[in-house]
Amino acid sequence: MGKTIAEKILSNKSGQDVKANDIVVANLDFVMGQDGTSPLAIQAFREMQAARVFDPSRIAMVIDHSSPSPLEGVSELHRQMRVFAREQDINFYDIGEGVCHQLVPEQGHVGPGDLVIGADSHTCTYGAINTFSTGVGSTDLAAGLISGKLWFKVPETIKFILNGKLPKGVYSKDLILYLIGDVTADGATYLAAEYTGEAINDLSVEARFTISNMAIEMGAKAGLMEADQKTLEWVKQHSKKEFQPVKADADAVYAMIKEYDVSKLEPQIAKPHTVDNVAPLRAVAGTPIQQGVIGTCTNGRIEDLRIAASILKGKKVHRDSRLIVAASSRQVMLQAMREGLIEIIMEAGGVMVTPGCGPCVGTHNGVPSDGENVISTANRNFKGRMGNNKAFIYLGSPATVAASVINARITDPREYI
Amino acid sequence: MDLKGYVHKFSDDVNTDYIISGRHKFKTLDMKELAKYVMEDLDPEFYSKVISGDFIVAGRNFGCGSSREQAPLAIINANISAVIAKSFARIFYRNCINTGLPLIECDTDQIDEGDELEVDLQQGVLHNLSKGIDITITPLPAVMLKILSDGGLVEHFKKYGSFNFD
Ligand code: SF4
Repeated sequence: MGKTIAEKILSNKSGQDVKANDIVVANLDFVMGQDGTSPLAIQAFREMQAARVFDPSRIAMVIDHSSPSPLEGVSELHRQMRVFAREQDINFYDIGEGVCHQLVPEQGHVGPGDLVIGADSHTCTYGAINTFSTGVGSTDLAAGLISGKLWFKVPETIKFILNGKLPKGVYSKDLILYLIGDVTADGATYLAAEYTGEAINDLSVEARFTISNMAIEMGAKAGLMEADQKTLEWVKQHSKKEFQPVKADADAVYAMIKEYDVSKLEPQIAKPHTVDNVAPLRAVAGTPIQQGVIGTCTNGRIEDLRIAASILKGKKVHRDSRLIVAASSRQVMLQAMREGLIEIIMEAGGVMVTPGCGPCVGTHNGVPSDGENVISTANRNFKGRMGNNKAFIYLGSPATVAASVINARITDPREYI
Repeated sequence: MDLKGYVHKFSDDVNTDYIISGRHKFKTLDMKELAKYVMEDLDPEFYSKVISGDFIVAGRNFGCGSSREQAPLAIINANISAVIAKSFARIFYRNCINTGLPLIECDTDQIDEGDELEVDLQQGVLHNLSKGIDITITPLPAVMLKILSDGGLVEHFKKYGSFNFD
């Protein structure tokens, strides 16, 4: 009987021949924590009476969620992270380096065939480069820091076959929103997702990250893709490590196979207050928007900024609206500066904030006021997510956000391209 | 382990932002303090209504969303004895086992706000005392029972220095 990508990676890393629903203890290639989860993990690490991490080169901590610190309490937690990172000599990314899920692949820490945990739910992002990566909590992170291992229940897999070519003005964000709307917020709970087909092959690696990033929004444990030529080249540009790409067997057994033709897909929007509350953009076109956000680990990459800038070029953010932009890393921001994208965004009236999570999670930077509508490229629109439970968050592609802030209304980006 | 208390009922898809908002969770590691804000966005009175030992009961996909372990910790510190739902999101599920918060997976349609429940985790039954009915609960896998019975993952590691399920 053949194996899925998840079964193969967990077999390789546990040294056992495993299949779905087995429970195994497996070796981790990389372990990551951010500033919302690491302080508790450091506390657990100390309580577990450990002295050293298993391998400093395989660990990173990132300050990205509240960065720079907006409050004394947060400053103290950041201080504890800095002390720990220095004491243990691990990879450490301080304020302004970027969002953890951009940094981990961009800095070459992970690649095809790896098994990775991160104390952040969107750790599934690296599935786009054939990494089995999954989110855990702080105590699991502490266990991983100490032992370099974690127990896993081997997931069954739901396979998405995406045929056809995405039309112009429709992006990987629209595609993943559509899929989440279709399978719902818990449609893939306890499962790994595999994405395959012509539509995936056509996407850049950057655009693929957006899809794997949001696997968790359908409840999935991982959002996996096979490594093709594009993946291998991308990984080679970013990492010196050797990797072992893993393919699913032709006779692998799936919990479910879902097949779609994407060639007629339109821009999609997730409406408040759940990510699976998805509709075609035209159903909400014209909804007034007071704030737009471009960035986050979902859509803050260079390609996203290029798309946004191409729409904003020579235009102005509407006076009834505002635009906040956060590049997903320092490197992305520098590249955007070199390409003149920052100039375009700022001349249009956009505001650049620190590379990192930006306004995504309501800890700082751009909390909306009561009753305001926000349109964001983020991955979550829960009530209160951006720091105000009386605001309304709509999710869309960078193109949709850029077009919408020009009109202060939800706008189909295809009018601008 | 016998648990007894009253029900606070919620619907499907209660996410970790609702359990403890990002507004609060980044500020402190003091879980007693965070506990005051548990479920705040769904029910601002929640914390003051809880009597020690009460249950949170919900529908499908409880705990979806972020990986914040502050969610189970804040629930524990709000003196809730267990969470009962039709299904749980995966990371939240792990976090509960690791921090020692019992989770009970069962059909919750026959449990209403204010009902009094008694749960026997060993026997795998839930008695709805208010309605006079018994509901079967899905047993936990051995690995999780081991971690729970050691008192959570911190205690497990203190005891063994690493994972030990033999
Ligand atoms: S950008 Fe948002 S979703 Fe991504 S890691 Fe940061 S807070 Fe989480």
